[in-house]
Amino acid sequence: MNVAIVGAGPAGLYLAILLRKLDRGADVRVLERNAPDATFGFGVVFSEETLGALRDADPETHLEITDTFARWDRIDIRYQGRELTSRGHSFSAIARKRLLEILQERCRELGVVLEFGVEVEQLPESDLVVGADGANSLVRRFGDFGTKVGLEGSKYVWFGTDHVFDAFTFAFRETEHGLFNAHAYPYDERMSTFIVECPEPVWRSAGLDEMDEQESLAFCEQLFANELRGRELFSNRSLWLDFPKITNRTWHDGNVVILGDAAHTAHFSIGSGTKLAMEDSISLAAALARRRWDLEAAFVDYELEREPYVERTQDAASESAAYFGRIASYSHLEPIQFAFNLLTRSGRITHATLGVRDPSFTRTLDSWFGGRPVSPPPAFSPFDLRGVRFENRFELVESAVAVSEEGRTFPEEIARPEGKLLLRLTHAGRRGATQPRSRGVDLPLAVGWPVVAPTKRPYGPFGAIPGEPDEEAALDAFVAAAGNARAEVLEIDMAHGYLLGSYLSPLTNDEDDRLRFPLRVLEAVRAAWEGPLAVRLSVTDWHPRGNQIEDGIAIARALREHGCDLIHVEAGQTIHDDRPQYRRGYLTALSDRVRNEARVPTLVGGYLTTLDEANTVVGAGRADLVLLDLPDTEIERPIQPSNTVLLGEVRA
Amino acid sequence: MTSRITSQSVKLSAEVNIGVGLPTTVPGAKGDLLLEWARRADAGPFSSVGVLDRVVYDSYEPFTALAAAAGVTERVRLATMIAIGPLRSTALLAKQAASVHGLSGGRLTLGLAVGARTEDFDAAGVEHKGRGKRLGEQLAYIRGNVDGDRVGPSRDGIEILVGGLSGPAYSRMARYADGYAHNGGPPRAFANAAGRALAAWSDLGRPGKPKLWGQGYFAFGDIAQGDAYLRDYYAFTGPFAEKIAAGNLTSARAIKDYVRGYEEAGCDELVLFPTTAEIDELERLQEALA
Repeated sequence: MNVAIVGAGPAGLYLAILLRKLDRGADVRVLERNAPDATFGFGVVFSEETLGALRDADPETHLEITDTFARWDRIDIRYQGRELTSRGHSFSAIARKRLLEILQERCRELGVVLEFGVEVEQLPESDLVVGADGANSLVRRFGDFGTKVGLEGSKYVWFGTDHVFDAFTFAFRETEHGLFNAHAYPYDERMSTFIVECPEPVWRSAGLDEMDEQESLAFCEQLFANELRGRELFSNRSLWLDFPKITNRTWHDGNVVILGDAAHTAHFSIGSGTKLAMEDSISLAAALARRRWDLEAAFVDYELEREPYVERTQDAASESAAYFGRIASYSHLEPIQFAFNLLTRSGRITHATLGVRDPSFTRTLDSWFGGRPVSPPPAFSPFDLRGVRFENRFELVESAVAVSEEGRTFPEEIARPEGKLLLRLTHAGRRGATQPRSRGVDLPLAVGWPVVAPTKRPYGPFGAIPGEPDEEAALDAFVAAAGNARAEVLEIDMAHGYLLGSYLSPLTNDEDDRLRFPLRVLEAVRAAWEGPLAVRLSVTDWHPRGNQIEDGIAIARALREHGCDLIHVEAGQTIHDDRPQYRRGYLTALSDRVRNEARVPTLVGGYLTTLDEANTVVGAGRADLVLLDLPDTEIERPIQPSNTVLLGEVRA
Repeated sequence: MTSRITSQSVKLSAEVNIGVGLPTTVPGAKGDLLLEWARRADAGPFSSVGVLDRVVYDSYEPFTALAAAAGVTERVRLATMIAIGPLRSTALLAKQAASVHGLSGGRLTLGLAVGARTEDFDAAGVEHKGRGKRLGEQLAYIRGNVDGDRVGPSRDGIEILVGGLSGPAYSRMARYADGYAHNGGPPRAFANAAGRALAAWSDLGRPGKPKLWGQGYFAFGDIAQGDAYLRDYYAFTGPFAEKIAAGNLTSARAIKDYVRGYEEAGCDELVLFPTTAEIDELERLQEALA
């Protein structure tokens, strides 16, 4: 077996080691463009889990790697003159240069041929060719991998410093140009990695687009002088970059297989790139061993094993990248909540899992949130809204009532549920006159009634053509219903393509001032109702020509200014053929943006099924109130004596 | 004596029903084999028989196959897993479905999706573009009785499933159907899709829960032939064909793990499709499930 590995980064070298261990008869070559001691970046981070995998795969290198490790369990968040610490996170890091030295040495020991200064201009003629040549992989160009490259996150630059941090440190600095942040961690006894990041407009405003390497280093050094304790930053071709998110439809083509960054990247802000790459090597080597060098079968095993894990990591990394891109919108949060929001940004840490790692952190958050030294978790904390006290964040139950016969979806009865009632005043608009939801949604009644909307198009297939709304009558109906309402919270329905929702969207209203009528209704209901007033809003239409989240935030802001106390965050259904993105908690990220950018309290559902989700969402300031979807769980049922046993007894 | 009764274990999750596929898409499968297969499935422990849909292949038309199966079975549900709705005109699709439903005494489960192969659309002389919109119309037509029952027999009680992994697919499912038909794969892939289906169901304000149907492939006898069939059947997916073949369940242990995984993920009905057209495969599946 003849193997050519292109790229002498951690993934390529580690694979070479494992393949030679697997088969001493295999001829393994590693081809590298650069010199043996050339390296980019400073330190790389590993988790405990990865270390375990490295120990099992090759104890010799594991020993050397862990010997030179920096280890720590703290995350420090330096924000608005405060430093918050969270413990129990178990990080390890090593100088990338040192890691490569260890792996190169082990390669030589095992008889791997290392060739440096080799440009790969065509595919090497080997039985197996491995592309371990990074995000800008050349090998990838010789096959059909279905590569997609997109940019994510903010501008960033990678430095080293001789200030040795004693924790993973996130630092934030406000400037006249906007907010900068740094990610710093130690990687040996002398040095730390120091990455500076800011959104592109901030970067331009600060003139960084025109500065050379030395000037931008000096700028960053001065900006974070406090964090660096007067120490220096070091450059290693440290230029400002955009992070490329790379995905491939497949990771193999013929006898060529790709791994690490060549196959998939994960934004640096969750520090998983090297770890994913080395785990790829372990998985691929194990598959080749199991399949006895049957390449096609091994490649399939490798992809099947790695894909789900890589996809989850890439999703989390994208969430994290987007979070740091909009970091300025969180600057109104109290430091402890800001820190909790940061720690839970990618969805991998929740209130409950953080509580296991670092009970004192969640206790501090809970007591800040509850306003008492010992407080229950955030979802159990009371909430006041315009004179109404909610004993917790999930006791609200919703119910809807049509304001007029014309505005019904179908003839329905309302039962008053237990709990604090949020009563939604709705007018179905062009979604009216349909069969009951138990059968389906938007199925027209055989004999219905005329429906109205600011558009002439029916809502869905076989729907009636809407007539022009009688705005005065609709307005009066909302006001009259508000006058008669008995509920803790009154809500006006402006979501899901119902009458007022269809006014708000460019997909269904050609008017320039699309807020005109919805705001009139809001103001009139506000005048007729003294208690808390909510608006249910589709904050995005999930359609390229419809309202985007930025539009939804602007609408939420206008609603707040006209007397709305609470935005009930929904998305889509403005038209029947939108492109929704369903998953657990799919509305949470939208609610986060509405709450923190429009600065209005929010209520959010979106298939939240656990109290842990509620605690995380509320604790992190992504919403104020939640609607839980509690699935029917059967944890107890009567024990039925089975027939067979009974018959046996009868015979006995 | 009473201790024998109380020692019975309490099941925490609802048990998944197991259906079996008819080998209608395994090339060379003869008509009498398919009928015998359906007959034995009806006599055995299976709760449904399923069929797939494809035009440009050596395979049987799904509604025709289910109509024949209806004639030799009394009990099992008859399921399309899935049929490609937009290949057919809406009224004819409704008529075909209603006919199978009527012939079988109300046993049709109508799984529909948009289909993945342009060659099927070309062969049928139907535009591939706009297939999602047309499927939406078909679902509204079949479920909504918008024709005022002029196209009989009655469609009342047809259980409708929708398949697909896109946002619009989940939305169509929650808007018009009774449940979701997943396209197969490891239990975690099913669990992920089921989570999305439940979220869509909640978003559309449907009461209760959607029925969740899953599927898988198996071969016990000539495994190599079964794998080769899957590679050929899924050749249009490029590199995924190998992964689908790698997921072929080829031992009792693999079947049991798969069933348990789907059960834990909340699957209501799991339909296992043969990859070779050998009648013995049905019995070996029964043994594996026992």
